[in-house]
Amino acid sequence: MHKTVNQKAWLFVVPVVGLVAFNALIPLMTVVNYSVQETFGDNVFFWEGVKWFEQVLNSDRFHDSFLRQLAFTGMILVIEVPLGIVVALSMPRKGPWVSVCLVLMALPLLIPWNVVGAMWNIFALPDTGLLGRMINGLGIEYNFTQQPVAAWLTTVLMDVWHWTSLVVLLAYAGLCSIPDAYYQAAKIDGASSWAVFWRIQLPKLKRVLTIAILLRFMDSFMIYTEPFVLTGGGPGNTTTFLSIDLVKIALGQFDLGPAAAMSLIYFLIVLLLCWVFYTLMMRGEEQ
Amino acid sequence: MPEEQNMAKITLQNIKHSYLRQPVESQDYALKEVDAVWSNGGAYALLGPSGCGKTTLLNIISGLLTPSEGRVFFDDNDVTDIPTIERRIAQIFQFPVVYDTMTVFDNLAFPLRNRGVAEDKVKLRVNEVAVMLDLEDSLKRRASGLTADGKQKISLGRGLVREDVNVIMFDEPLTVIDPHLKWLLRSKLKELHQQLGITMIYVTHDQTEALTFADRVLVMYDGTVVQVGTPVDLFERPGHTFVGHFIGSPGMNILPCEIRDGAASFAGNVLQTASPLPTADNERVEVGVRPEFVRFDDSGFAVEIVKIDDLGRYKIVVVRCNDSTLKMIVDEDIRIPSESPRISFDPEYTRLYTDGWVVE
Repeated sequence: MHKTVNQKAWLFVVPVVGLVAFNALIPLMTVVNYSVQETFGDNVFFWEGVKWFEQVLNSDRFHDSFLRQLAFTGMILVIEVPLGIVVALSMPRKGPWVSVCLVLMALPLLIPWNVVGAMWNIFALPDTGLLGRMINGLGIEYNFTQQPVAAWLTTVLMDVWHWTSLVVLLAYAGLCSIPDAYYQAAKIDGASSWAVFWRIQLPKLKRVLTIAILLRFMDSFMIYTEPFVLTGGGPGNTTTFLSIDLVKIALGQFDLGPAAAMSLIYFLIVLLLCWVFYTLMMRGEEQ
Repeated sequence: MPEEQNMAKITLQNIKHSYLRQPVESQDYALKEVDAVWSNGGAYALLGPSGCGKTTLLNIISGLLTPSEGRVFFDDNDVTDIPTIERRIAQIFQFPVVYDTMTVFDNLAFPLRNRGVAEDKVKLRVNEVAVMLDLEDSLKRRASGLTADGKQKISLGRGLVREDVNVIMFDEPLTVIDPHLKWLLRSKLKELHQQLGITMIYVTHDQTEALTFADRVLVMYDGTVVQVGTPVDLFERPGHTFVGHFIGSPGMNILPCEIRDGAASFAGNVLQTASPLPTADNERVEVGVRPEFVRFDDSGFAVEIVKIDDLGRYKIVVVRCNDSTLKMIVDEDIRIPSESPRISFDPEYTRLYTDGWVVE
């Protein structure tokens, strides 16, 4: 077959290449540039090789914030995914309440992150906030600005409040797409409601849950605004997650080299963990 | 499981069903008024076009739906309000349902295990059914990896594996199966019916499937059962113009009819029919005769030949008389008159219909 040669087609590709270069490639290369050099301003750079990478990887500070990050992400996944499934299962499948439930569920997702942080900050303040006053009123000493445990609980609770809806909506969509015949067949087969959940609903939800877990993993692993507004990473460094730490190094201390090296390590960790998650969850899918 | 309780006569009494909460007119009902008796051990087919209420009727028998009105009896027990699991019913759906995470063996064992059958008995039954359906080789495989017909065999198998069933109902089970296997599986089902002697109800919109599978066929149309009978009954004595039209290829000729001077006539020609004359004279009267029972006859009435389709062993001749066209099936060895053809109807198989229903 004769192939048409038309070099003008490149003109259509150029804008995309330009855009991607401008918003992804060039900034990323700047980061790479910073990560292997030392600068004292005035655009004077000294080659440092992998020094910053070694420094970051060997620093206790990075290890601690990495572990905090893992703990936080692990906790919210363990809470939000099962909770989201339970809420989705208990939502009505038809009738006028469907849209009411959907809107209520979508509401937290519509609120900007910094507003969520500010809301929860005010809500949880021990002396003036509704939640803080209530808990203290019950005789439990609670002050998230001073107690690490309280700060963690509040941060996790805030994230659960903000993002469980996403899991709910995805799981709900998955549940609605299961054909009635499955439920009918299960009735004929005498399956208990537990068996229906375990043998029909959960397997059919596998794909949407994979997406939900990946999204929640990535989002929570890169979380910045909400805890920054709520606790500012404190008390002390107890809620300083990776991105908060990164910003402290880059913009607080202006250590651009280590910050750049940390960014790249951070990026690779997210990429690697996403790949691991995806591979694990999709295992046995294709046969 | 008390074996002697197996099998029962199923009686549907004045069943009506609407999917609307407050049905008003008859159009709101998916089932308008159904009375039917399915006797023990029969092979039944439920035949009708899509959307006529076949599946609704099955779901009412199995208890997946509670009818808006009417009662369902198994033998003399009213089971209308008894849940599906206690009805001892197996139902196979149009699209295969398999439990993806289980092996083929576990899929087949699932209905038994849910009912607390002992594991050695489960093994025995599953292996028996696997042999019946040629699934022995894939018992250890995951069910999700099978082809559509493999999956549908599993669905069938889950129905057949139980020993406590009163009736097995098939809801267009071979829709997704390719034609060659369709034929094999249908013969298999027929064979299983003879072997097991369980009542089977087979829902389909395909007349060939219905007529080859069943001893008795219920024809449904627009939410009602229009005729129940053997395949021969449906062919020779259609109770409703719909039956005449739906069954047979080509379907029955349904022609306008006039009642005048104590005789039925079509296009001015007096007809001898197997029906008595209808009494009420304000109804629409039609005459129905199958193409098989129309023949060339010099003493008949004049028609004009429109078209001849030669199908090898026979020909389908389309003729016109006044404004009506009708079809006739003519054996290959019969000469088709080329000039002024005349035809007549076999009086024994010519019937009158008022408002669609046969006059008897």
